Amino acid sequence: MTREKTDFWVGLFVLLGIVALVFLALRAGNLSSFSLAPTYQVQARFDNLGGLKVRAPVKSSGVVVGRVSSISFDNQRFQAVATLDMESQYQFPDDSSASILTSGLLGEQYVGITPGGDDKMLAQNSTIKYTQSAVVLEELISKFLYSSASKEGTAKDAPAGTPAAKP
Amino acid sequence: MSTLVRGIGRLGGLVRGSIYGLGAFTRLFATILARSGIALKRPGLVSQQIHFIGNYSLLIIAVSGLFVGFVLGLQGYYTLNRYGSEEALGLLVALSLTRELGPVVTALLFAGRAGTSLTAEIGLMKAGEQLAAMEVMAVDPIRRVLTPRFWGGVIAMPVLAAVFSMVGIIGGWVVGVLLIGIDSGAFWSQMQSGVDVFNDVLNGVLKSVIFGIAVTLIALYEGWNAKPTPEGVSRATTRTVVSGSLAVLGLDFLLTALMFSN
Amino acid sequence: MTSDATSASNPLLLFKDVTLGYGGFTVLADIDIEVRRGQVVALMGGSGSGKTTLLRAATGQILPLRGTITAFGQDIAAASAGQLQALRQRMGVLFQQGALFTDLNVFENVAFPLREHTQVSESQIVERVLDKLDAVGLRAAAHLGISEISGGMARRVALARAIVLEPELILYDEPFAGLDPISLGITAQLIRNLTDRLDCASVLITHDVAESFAIADTVYMVGQGKLLASGRPDDLTQSSDPYVRQFLNGEPDGPIAFNYPETPAFAQWLQQHGGRS
Repeated sequence: MTREKTDFWVGLFVLLGIVALVFLALRAGNLSSFSLAPTYQVQARFDNLGGLKVRAPVKSSGVVVGRVSSISFDNQRFQAVATLDMESQYQFPDDSSASILTSGLLGEQYVGITPGGDDKMLAQNSTIKYTQSAVVLEELISKFLYSSASKEGTAKDAPAGTPAAKP
Repeated sequence: MSTLVRGIGRLGGLVRGSIYGLGAFTRLFATILARSGIALKRPGLVSQQIHFIGNYSLLIIAVSGLFVGFVLGLQGYYTLNRYGSEEALGLLVALSLTRELGPVVTALLFAGRAGTSLTAEIGLMKAGEQLAAMEVMAVDPIRRVLTPRFWGGVIAMPVLAAVFSMVGIIGGWVVGVLLIGIDSGAFWSQMQSGVDVFNDVLNGVLKSVIFGIAVTLIALYEGWNAKPTPEGVSRATTRTVVSGSLAVLGLDFLLTALMFSN
Repeated sequence: MTSDATSASNPLLLFKDVTLGYGGFTVLADIDIEVRRGQVVALMGGSGSGKTTLLRAATGQILPLRGTITAFGQDIAAASAGQLQALRQRMGVLFQQGALFTDLNVFENVAFPLREHTQVSESQIVERVLDKLDAVGLRAAAHLGISEISGGMARRVALARAIVLEPELILYDEPFAGLDPISLGITAQLIRNLTDRLDCASVLITHDVAESFAIADTVYMVGQGKLLASGRPDDLTQSSDPYVRQFLNGEPDGPIAFNYPETPAFAQWLQQHGGRS
């Protein structure tokens, strides 16, 4: 086979490989959700991060508005600190709240932002004041057991007991 | 008693031989790398090898990928259906392929198809005195023969693995969406939200590069050291497939543990 | 037919008191060989007498256990890798089976040394290759693949490849082995004509008496681990040395015994197989 013909087929071969890789990256993977838009950093402190990972999405009303860029531990206040890369086109009021939610029942965890009502907006390096930690299944179960145990206890003590503390 | 002593002696000889072989293998690897300048000076040689190694393997890789995708789609559906999660089929197929099956199965097929042909070619060149002729013509056979084939294999492998994964995903789609009737949107969107480009796709590519290096080197080594007889070449090709496959599976375990443990 | 061997220049190839062997096994000892420009030198001997070892020593593939081998005035054992490469580019070697590259066609095989060692243009390569193929009578076979040519043709293509860089020393490993009478004649003529035309030296490793004696200037005969005889073909024909006589007359038994000598290993094997010695 002449050199030109070989080069042609090899070029096709490598092109096919690139196409396959692009296919895998875009159609199969989540590269299309990467944006090169400008971002501003916002901090949020949580008592418990649960399973939140770096590059987890930050969503508001179900739409991705940013990503978790880094996670660290505050040794002074003994809290987890998550730094969020928020896309500059989305501005949130200063009193918005951030909670760690799970997509689906047992899916990946993400940060959900619920907007507040303040006129002032979150700026670069500001901190989200109101946060809700991740729901840890064991704590949930133990709370349930405790509340049902105390409900039984009060039911035994007095017929019309105080309503059990809502978990 | 004497058989026991002889057995231990043979085992010791085996260990010593393996260590010696490992040393010779590493030395050949280093020599091939050191003489790789020819890949830049005469890319035509490398290009020719990519053609022989890659293009000629494309058919078997693509067809195998398609069938593996079919089977993944089918088996995945049966299992996921029991938990009501059949919409996650796309995710299952894509993750299985990009993380594991793509690089590993491609490497095993590569060892069988391209590895044996490399070993046989070099073994027969040795038997026909072609390598000695080259040496006497003041042409370094390692630089002229081994190095282009090494780089050809290393470049061809990730391409083949990517093609395998792509064709497999399409195969899973054909079975899952077209034949069984899963929602096409759910198939792709679950896949896209679950497959991470860096963790899954790129790690798979990295795996296939490492497998390519290992299998190509083993094939070249066995051919280079084959006895220049029909039996010698036959033994060498067998060793290429066996050692290459074992190396791929062993490296896969190591790499998976390194890459996917968090 | 033979050229005048009064070349005043230094020998192109010189073996002085050379001992050759592999590991602990000595193949040849005390070998003295001299090859000058314009000469055709034949190295002869029976099978297993070490002729191919001499060839390997001349190209530097093996080093002498004792003595010096000098090629183009340079001691091969003392040569660096780069110097050895330079020496080898001045030599052409014709292997017994041709050793052509089976993945290239005839043209590419002959062009190989040009592509590897020179920077000449493509048109130049075509011209030179076709010229050398023409010298061996295979110009119109340039397009053929190696599997499409006969053994004799392959040998000639290998010869074209060996001379394409116009070397000063050509070494032929058994050039006459297995050739039909016509090819024998052609090959012998080619060797002589090339030596005269290129003004190089040719060394033939062979055991073909008739053809080599017809074209050689000097003949060296090796056997029993040493150099047995040397001189002009006519002198050897007159020699009374028993080995030379056995070789030249083709007698089955003589200084080279017909029966393989018995060894203790054989006696042990025979005992195991219940035979009687």
